[in-house]
Amino acid sequence: MADQRFTGTSSYIATDDLTMAVNAAVTLQRPILVKGEPGTGKTQLAIEVAQSLGKPLHEWHIKSTTKAQQGLYEYDAVARLRDSQLGDDRVHDISNYIVRGEVWEAFESELQPVLLIDEIDKADIEFPNDLLRELDRMEFFVYETQELVKARHRPIIVITSNNEKELPDAFLRRCFFHYIKFPDLETMAQIVDVHFPGLKRELLREALNAFYKVRDVRGLKKKPSTSELLDWIKLLLAEDIPPEVLRGGDSKKAIPPLYGALLKNEQDVHLFEQLVFLDRRNNPQ
Amino acid sequence: MLIPFFYMLREGGMKTSITELLTLLEAMKSGLAGQSVDDFYYLARASLVKDEAHLDRFDRIFAAYFKGVEDSLADLVQAVPDEWLRHQAELMLSEEERAQIEALGGFEALMRALQERLDEQDDRHEGGNRWIGTAGTSPFGAYGYNPEGVRMGQEGSRNRSAVKVWDRRDYRNLDDSVELGTRNIKVALRRLRKFAREGAADQLDLDDTIDKTARNAGLLDIRMVPERHNAVKVLLCLDIGGSMDDHVRICEEMFSAARSEFKRLEYFYFHNFIYESLWKDNRRRHAEKTPTLDIMHKYGSDYKLIFVGDATMSPYEIVYAGGSVEHWNEEPGAVWMQRLLNTFPKAIWLNPEPRERWDYTPSTKLVRELMDDRMYPLTLAGLDSAIKTLH
Repeated sequence: MADQRFTGTSSYIATDDLTMAVNAAVTLQRPILVKGEPGTGKTQLAIEVAQSLGKPLHEWHIKSTTKAQQGLYEYDAVARLRDSQLGDDRVHDISNYIVRGEVWEAFESELQPVLLIDEIDKADIEFPNDLLRELDRMEFFVYETQELVKARHRPIIVITSNNEKELPDAFLRRCFFHYIKFPDLETMAQIVDVHFPGLKRELLREALNAFYKVRDVRGLKKKPSTSELLDWIKLLLAEDIPPEVLRGGDSKKAIPPLYGALLKNEQDVHLFEQLVFLDRRNNPQ
Repeated sequence: MLIPFFYMLREGGMKTSITELLTLLEAMKSGLAGQSVDDFYYLARASLVKDEAHLDRFDRIFAAYFKGVEDSLADLVQAVPDEWLRHQAELMLSEEERAQIEALGGFEALMRALQERLDEQDDRHEGGNRWIGTAGTSPFGAYGYNPEGVRMGQEGSRNRSAVKVWDRRDYRNLDDSVELGTRNIKVALRRLRKFAREGAADQLDLDDTIDKTARNAGLLDIRMVPERHNAVKVLLCLDIGGSMDDHVRICEEMFSAARSEFKRLEYFYFHNFIYESLWKDNRRRHAEKTPTLDIMHKYGSDYKLIFVGDATMSPYEIVYAGGSVEHWNEEPGAVWMQRLLNTFPKAIWLNPEPRERWDYTPSTKLVRELMDDRMYPLTLAGLDSAIKTLH
């Protein structure tokens, strides 16, 4: 397993530090915890790791109501009760009512799988603690059937977090950690390039300049991120906007076209328009 | 071989554990970092740092340990926002002050001397005129009176004549991630819980199911109810800046605990006293204000209003129009306070100053009267009685 190395894919640019963190996690078979601004490709990472290493992917998306147990298995007592009322034969075998969760599925996988635990911070504050043993030993016990489920191959576990809650220390100690920084201009150009190969250089340069200028506007509630940039470029291409239009120069003087794709919050749009308006009034051309 | 580095990290205030060090060594043993220093750095970072807030600290310790001290100067300067370095130095200084800085060999020299002293000095220092610490006349440190002083971080502001305030508090909001000591506060706040069932029905109501099934001649009739949530709503107003600097830590702990305990928590900042507007982001306090009237209209009277402030100010700031230290207020703060209290009958004031000192400050007395004596010290005991009042 150690001979397989993740180096990014044709559709995902991974920086050196990210590659190192992923490879360390793959080699030592520990989970990797990925944090970063929304829209910097945290979830995408697991998908790309699975793809580039040729491994099956299991996704477990966490919500505020998710319990750790649900990832392992659930005992559908209600269905069993209903079946017993109807006199169904299935009712005699309790294992008919054990519903497997994503973690169990990953443990049973024939090949070493990649398991994505997405947005772990959405769940209750105790959630990560409830998974300590499962992630450490890669096994758990099914009380209803008195069965020990052990992973056939220790899965590569990718955990993402948006920092809404602090994660417990005991949990953090078992993981590798990587914080995805917002990409610099150069990396961003590479990222755009893998998504839109053959994009006119001029358009790319102007689009990136306009984008970073919007990001620099102070006081935005939600700064546009990589995924917003990619959407925006898609729109620019669809509308066939020439690069000259983007070169309005200062973002303060001209509103970039289709900026609705970059700013997702009405207050931000409002603030942005106000700034442009103020600037025009102060420096009439 | 990494053990001294490990202890250096711990001394630097990072909570790196032995498990993590062993993980790093294991990773190195499997040849992950064989190629270059960069690889080793990435690997060490991925295994030892678990919080992006510590990345900068780790970088500096790493640099100091592995490259020698000369590189730390660059890191140190980077840790300070460019704006401070550029604008403060170039624009804010008067000719006179610039001449004074020249006396020490100019701005660059000041920075270099600072770094040298940071390296030389390794423990806390107070008084004197050379070491960085508090209450001295050295150009570096807090609470100093040297006009060309560089104010260091961590401490609050006392004498505001330092050339540059490296005090991150000035451009950082209250950090609600302070965990140390918040557990007790969380437990105290927990008493304010009020459970209610709202939202989607996703839990089995056993009693009702048995009842309905029995009525249904034994045929199963499943009844579901929504999960119980903490339904209490809290409006938190925090005094910030000035005399509150002494209490930043306890306020952060309080804020952090409240943030995680109450799902419906709205918070606003004010300075010294409540007037016609409050703000949510302390960095943009002059640009983005929320009118107090809007707050009163937006949040229902079922919100519990909690003020956190030391109530230490000039009495004029409370009772007179135009008394505010920051701006011209058309109506006295007391009027605004009364309006808020009419809208939110469940209100308390938490004061981080010890109770013994309250009687010496006329403004504290005034605020207490305004609040109908619902002022409590910001201690666990005070919090307990405060929450009883809120119930």
